[in-house]
Amino acid sequence: MLYRETGQFKTSYTADMAIFPIRQDRIALWILLAVAFVGVPLLANFHIWPLGSDYLLRAILIPFLILALATIGLNILTGYCGQLSLGSGAFMAIGAYSAYKFSTGVHILLPWLEISIPPLPLLPSILLGGVMAALVGILFGVPSLRIKGLYLAVATLAAQFFFDWVFIRVKWFTNYTSSGSVAAPDLYFFGVLVNTPIERYIVCLIFVTVFAFLAKNLVRGNLGRQWMAIRDMDIAAELMGIRPLYAKLMAFAISSFMVGVAGALWAFVYLGAWEPLAFNIDRSFQLLFMVIIGGLGSILGSFLGAAFILILPILLDQVPHALGIPISVETVSLLVFIVTGALICFLLIVEPHGFARLWSTGKEKLRLWPYPY
Amino acid sequence: MVSFGQFLEVLISGLLAGVLYSLVALGFVLIYKASGVFNFAQGAMVLLAGLALVRSLDAMVAFGFPPWAAVGLGLLFAAVIMAITAWLIERFVLGPLVNQDGLTLFMSTIGVTFILEGGSQMLFGSDVYPLRLFPTDAWFFGESRFPGGILVNKLDVWGGMIAAVLVAALAIFFQHTKTGRALRAVADDHAAAQSVGIPISWIWFIVWLAAGLVALVAATVWGTKLGVQFSITFLALKALPVLIIGGFTSVPGAILGGLIIGAGEKLAEAYLGPSIGGGIEYWFAYVLALAVLLIKPQGLFGERIIERI
Repeated sequence: MLYRETGQFKTSYTADMAIFPIRQDRIALWILLAVAFVGVPLLANFHIWPLGSDYLLRAILIPFLILALATIGLNILTGYCGQLSLGSGAFMAIGAYSAYKFSTGVHILLPWLEISIPPLPLLPSILLGGVMAALVGILFGVPSLRIKGLYLAVATLAAQFFFDWVFIRVKWFTNYTSSGSVAAPDLYFFGVLVNTPIERYIVCLIFVTVFAFLAKNLVRGNLGRQWMAIRDMDIAAELMGIRPLYAKLMAFAISSFMVGVAGALWAFVYLGAWEPLAFNIDRSFQLLFMVIIGGLGSILGSFLGAAFILILPILLDQVPHALGIPISVETVSLLVFIVTGALICFLLIVEPHGFARLWSTGKEKLRLWPYPY
Repeated sequence: MVSFGQFLEVLISGLLAGVLYSLVALGFVLIYKASGVFNFAQGAMVLLAGLALVRSLDAMVAFGFPPWAAVGLGLLFAAVIMAITAWLIERFVLGPLVNQDGLTLFMSTIGVTFILEGGSQMLFGSDVYPLRLFPTDAWFFGESRFPGGILVNKLDVWGGMIAAVLVAALAIFFQHTKTGRALRAVADDHAAAQSVGIPISWIWFIVWLAAGLVALVAATVWGTKLGVQFSITFLALKALPVLIIGGFTSVPGAILGGLIIGAGEKLAEAYLGPSIGGGIEYWFAYVLALAVLLIKPQGLFGERIIERI
C-alpha cells in the first residue's frame, strides 16, 4: 500500500530519467545510506546488537563492501559489455601491489632508465593502483577486438596466471621481503590515522558509495549504451557506428580500474598483510559468481551477489551448529562447493538475470498488490 | 649450456606430457563438437572418475579380490558412476537450458564443476590416493650416442599409446556408427536433427557419457602420475590453451595442440627459465595460446567462424 507512485507527476525529462523515478525508492535509498553511514558506526561504537563485537564489521561488512566494489567492476566488463573475464583476481593483485609500491616509493634504477618516486600518500597510491590495473587491463583487452566469448576468457586466464607468477617471482614488487608476504603501511587518509574497524568500514563505504554512483551513471549514459549494444550484438553495433575499439577498451579500462582499487582496498584495509595467494584464480571465480548470481548487467545485483556469496559459507557453517548437528570443517567447505554450484545452475535455469531480476519482479508485484494486474 | 642429448630428452618428455594434456582436452572437444557446450567440468569429471576408480579398487583389494578382477570391476564401477553423472547433468542442468546462448551454458558447467568437486570428495574422501595401474619407472636409451643417455618415463609412453587408441576409437565411433552420425547431425543443427527423428536428449547423454569415459581414461594415467587428488581438477585449466591452439572442434587439433603446448613449455622452461627466474611452465602455455589467438582467432584447426547479422 505504501509503495505507490500515484500522484508523483514528472514535469521534466530529467525527472523522468532519474535513477530512482519513484519517490519511495529515493527515500529508501536515503534511509539505507543513513543506516550505513550513521547507524552502523553508532551501533558499533556503543556495542549494541548486532554489532556488539567487531566480528560482523570486520569479517562480513568490510569484505562485503570491497568485494561489492570489485563485483561492480567486473559487472561493467562482463555484465554490461559482454566480455567474459576470468582474470579479475590478477587485476586486484595489480591494484594491490602497485598501491603498495607507490605508497612505499618507486625506484627503478636501470642503466637506461631512472625513475624515483618518493612514497606517496595513501589515497593517491590506491587510485594510482587502480590506474595501473586499468593500463594492464587495456593491454589484455586488445585481444578482445579479434576474439570473443570463451577464447577471450582464456586470454584473461593468461593474465591471471602470468601475474600470479610475476608477484611471486619478481621480488621488486614485494620490496625484497624474504617471505614474499607484504605488510601495508599505516593507513593515513588526509593525515587521519584509520585503524579501528569502524574507521576502516567508513573508508570502504565512502569508496564504494562514490564508485557505485559513478558506475550507475556511467552505464546509463552514452558509454553504457554502447557497451550494451556491443554485448547484445557486436556486429550490429559496429554497423550502427559504435566504435568497438573505443567502447571495448574503455570497458576494460574502467572495469580494471575499479577492480584494481578494490584490490588495493582489500590488501590495505581488509588484509593488512598479504601474499600473492590472496589474489589467485579462486578469487576470480568468486567474483564471477557474484556477478552471475547477483545479476549480469546490474549494479544493485553486484551488491546482492557479493553479499550472498560471502555470507553463504558462514551460514552453512553456523546453521548446523545452531541446530546442534555436528558437522566437520571439511564437510562444510565441501558443502559450500555443492550448494554454490547447485545455486548457480538453479539460478541460470530459473532466472538467468540473477537476484537483481528477482528484486525488480518483486517490486513490480508490490506496486500492484493486492491486485494481480 | 644445454647439450643436444638434453634437448632431445626435454623435447621427448615434453611431447609425451603434451599427449597427456590432450587426453583431457579430448573430453572438451567431444562435448563441444556435439552440443556446442564448452564443458568446464571436464577436470572435475577426471577427479570424480579417478576417485571412484581408486576408492573402489582399494576397497576390493582390501576385501581380497585378485588384482585383475579388482581393476576390471573398479573400471566398471567408475564407468557406471560416470554414466549416472552424465544422465544427471543432461536431465537436470543442460536439458532445461536448451537453446540458451553459449555463455550461459558455459557458466552452468562451472556450476556443475563445483557440484562435482564437492560431491565427489564428499562421497569418496578428499585425501591423496595413489593409483598404480601403469609402471612409473624410467627407460634410458641412446647411451652410446649421448652422455648419460636419454631418459623417458614409461608412464608417458603408456599415456601416448592410450591416447592413440582413444583417438582411433573416437574416429571410428564418429565416422562409422549410427550414433556417431546422429551426433554429428545434432552438432550441425539441433532443430533439423530433431525434426528428422534424432532423440536429442539421448544423444546428449551419449556425448556426456563419452566425455565421462574419456575422463576415466585420463584419470587412470594422471592418477598414476600425480595420485588421485583435488589438484587434478586444475588439468581443466591446463587443457584450455591446448584447445585454443588446436581449435575447439578438432580431435586431431587437440592432440597436436597438446604436443605443441607440452614441448613448448618444457623447452621454454629449460632454455628461458634460468634467465628469468624459473617456474614459467605456470603461465607459458597461456601466453603461447594468446599469441596464437592474435594470429588465428579460431585456433590452428578450428572451423572458421562466420558471423551474420
